[in-house]
This record gives sequence, structure tokens and C-alpha cells, in this order.
Amino acid sequence: MTENLMPLWEVFIRPRNGLNHKHVGSVHAADAAMAMQAARDVYTRREEGNSIWIIPAASIVASDPANAEENFDPASDKIYRHPSFYDIPDDVGHM
Amino acid sequence: MYSQGLIGADTATKETAEFLAEFQARIDAEEKIEPNDPMPQAYRNTLIRMIGQHAHSEIVGMLPEGNWITRAPSLRRKVALLAKVQDEGGHGLYLYSAAETLGVSREQMTEELLSGKAKYSSIFNYPTPTWADIGAIGWLVDGAAIMNQVPLCRCSYGPYARAMIRVCKEESFHQRQGYELMKSLTEGNEDQKAMAQDALNRWWWPSLMMFGPPDSDSQHSDQSMKWKIKRFSNDELRQKFVDATVPQAELIGLTMPDPDLKWNNSLNNGAGGYDFGEIDWDEFWRVVKGHGMMNKDRIRARKKAWEDGAWVREASLAYAAKQKANAA
Ligand SMILES: [Fe+2]
Ligand SMILES: [Fe+2]
Repeated sequence: MTENLMPLWEVFIRPRNGLNHKHVGSVHAADAAMAMQAARDVYTRREEGNSIWIIPAASIVASDPANAEENFDPASDKIYRHPSFYDIPDDVGHM
Repeated sequence: MYSQGLIGADTATKETAEFLAEFQARIDAEEKIEPNDPMPQAYRNTLIRMIGQHAHSEIVGMLPEGNWITRAPSLRRKVALLAKVQDEGGHGLYLYSAAETLGVSREQMTEELLSGKAKYSSIFNYPTPTWADIGAIGWLVDGAAIMNQVPLCRCSYGPYARAMIRVCKEESFHQRQGYELMKSLTEGNEDQKAMAQDALNRWWWPSLMMFGPPDSDSQHSDQSMKWKIKRFSNDELRQKFVDATVPQAELIGLTMPDPDLKWNNSLNNGAGGYDFGEIDWDEFWRVVKGHGMMNKDRIRARKKAWEDGAWVREASLAYAAKQKANAA
């Protein structure tokens, strides 16, 4: 067995121009060039994209699921941030 | 899939009745469970075992078909087989990634496969002596795998479900190319037709065994269904596969090697289905326990690939370390 763990890279692919890069999965590779090659082979065999980003998994900072409530729940009662909260006459038409 | 952060982390959850009930409520509400969410240790262990086995099956599954790439009878068949075997390698990688999000390392999974501790689908311990076996595998083995994998796209564990969606998109060509291959053999001369029938005779029963032991003695099924890891029982999926596949055989003039196979109007809540003969579960367990025809060959081939690749892994890591040091 190899002593060192092979580093992990997260893979993001842009399906076509005009769209965001989207997370599709991960690959193991020793360096960025090999990770890029592996990502191309593993995730774009059927024209899934025209651009790849790879990021060392260790560099990702993720929010803690244990804090999900305090992070995200406060938004749910702020309905005044949505257009439907405001009453305007129907006669105005589209606004 | 943010797995690295989890390796070696303390994955124990204190499983009070309250915790388990809360978890079950999330499952019942069809919420997906994501990597860093709290989950019962048994849920985690079941998924590691299941996704790991699935990944190993994809990788070992490359061997019986890879055996025929150089001898494919036409360029059309060769590119199809190459693409299929490459897909299976990809499926293995998607699945290893999904398993890693649960806190197990790729190295550990590889070690468990090579030491025989981890299992893979028993179907890949059967040999592929003729070209028709490539047709039978695509049609039956990939067909059975699809039957199994489609409901897994709705698995409660997010990374597994997402990997399965990708896999299922790619599987459909695997089955179609196999069936087309079988069909063209049945349209050939007597020898070719006999070769197709012989392959069906050898692969039919092992394909039915792919769904696992009968519900009456399957240890892991109930809890997996409750946690919505699985959506259908082994026997339910097996029945669906038989009902879908028997007419496909008839259509190309092949006969299932089962004298007890017959239509039964009362099956499937009156919609009808096929009764089929007794499966040889002794054979199944023999193969699972390592005494199939190809178990030793398969592990030997995986060990050789792993060992022959060691210098590449070591050299690439050394090169990466050197580049990093030079840049610093
Ligand atoms: Fe596959
Ligand atoms: Fe496949």
C-alpha cells in the first residue's frame, strides 16, 4: 500500500457557456495536472461540459450542518423581501 | 463530495431513542441525508458496506468483458465494448467517491477488496469463454443492474443517489448493445445461434442471483427499506427483472433454461407475471464465499494492477512534493 493518501480534488463542470460551473464529484490525484486529466476522463465522456474547475478538497470551507438552523432559518419569516408581500392595484398591470 | 474532512473523524453519534426518531422522521419526510449530517452509526455502516461493494463490483466487472476487447469481431463492436468497460471504471470511481463521504478512505476500500474482506457481485466470478458472453452480460447482467440501480436513484443518502443518477444515464446503452449483439447472433448461422443460446443458459440463473438472497433470509433488507436506502426488496426486483426479460428472449428466438417458467395471471396483484423455478442458493453462497470459477483470477488481476501501479502512484506523489518545494 502507498503510504501517503492520494489527495482529493473536487470537480466542477460548466455544461455550456452561459451556465455556472456545477459540482459533479471528485477525483484522487497527486497534482493539479493529473487531477485535471482524471476529471476530464471520468466526468466528460458524453459532452457534459466545455470547462472544468478542480479544487483541492482540503481548501473547501463548508458551513457546519449543526448551525443550519441559525444560519438559514431567519430568512424564512422575512416575507417582506419578496414582491408578493406588497399590495398594489390589479389595474397597474405587470410590475 | 467532501470526504477528506471526514476521514478519521469521530463519526459516533449518541443514539438516543429521540435521536433515532428524529432521524427516521427526516427519512419519512423524504429529506436527503448529506455527508456531514448526524446519522445513526448503523446507517453509516450499512451505506459504507453497500456502496463499497457496489464500487468493487463495477471495477471487478471490467475484467470479464475486458477479456474480449482485443478479440471483438468488428470495429463497431470493439468501440462499443471499449466505451462500456470504460464506463464501468467511471461508475466505480463515482461510487468510491460517494463511499468516501462517509468517512472511509479509498486506500482502505482497496485494501479490503484485495484482502477478500469486502465482497463484490458474485456474477463476476463466472468466466466469459465465448463472444456471446459479451452479449449476455450486457443484456442480462447490466439489465439486472439497471433494475437494481433505478430505485437507488431515490436512495435517502444524497451522494449515493446522485452517483446512481449518473450511472443510470450511462447504463442504458450497455444493455442495448448487449441485446443487439445477441440478436445479431440469433440471426446468424446455426453455430452462432447455438452460441447465443449457450451463453443465455449459463448467465440466466447467475443473473437472477444478482438480486441477492430471498427476502425470507436476507439479513440487511428490512432496516435498509425503513431507512429508504433500498426501495424494493430482493424478491420484488427479481420478479420485475424476470417479467421484463422473458419476452425479450422470446422476441429473438431464445429460450430461458427453466422448465418451470410459466405465465401466471395472479402475480403482481393480478397484472400477471412469470412463475420461475427454484434458484440454486447453494451455488450462490459457494461463489460468494470464494469458490466460484473465477474468484481467484479476479482478485489476482486486481492485485497485479494495484501492485504494478504502485511505482506510478509513488513517483507522482514524489514529483508533486518536489514541485511544491521548488515553488516555495
Ligand atoms: Fe456499471
Ligand atoms: Fe454497465
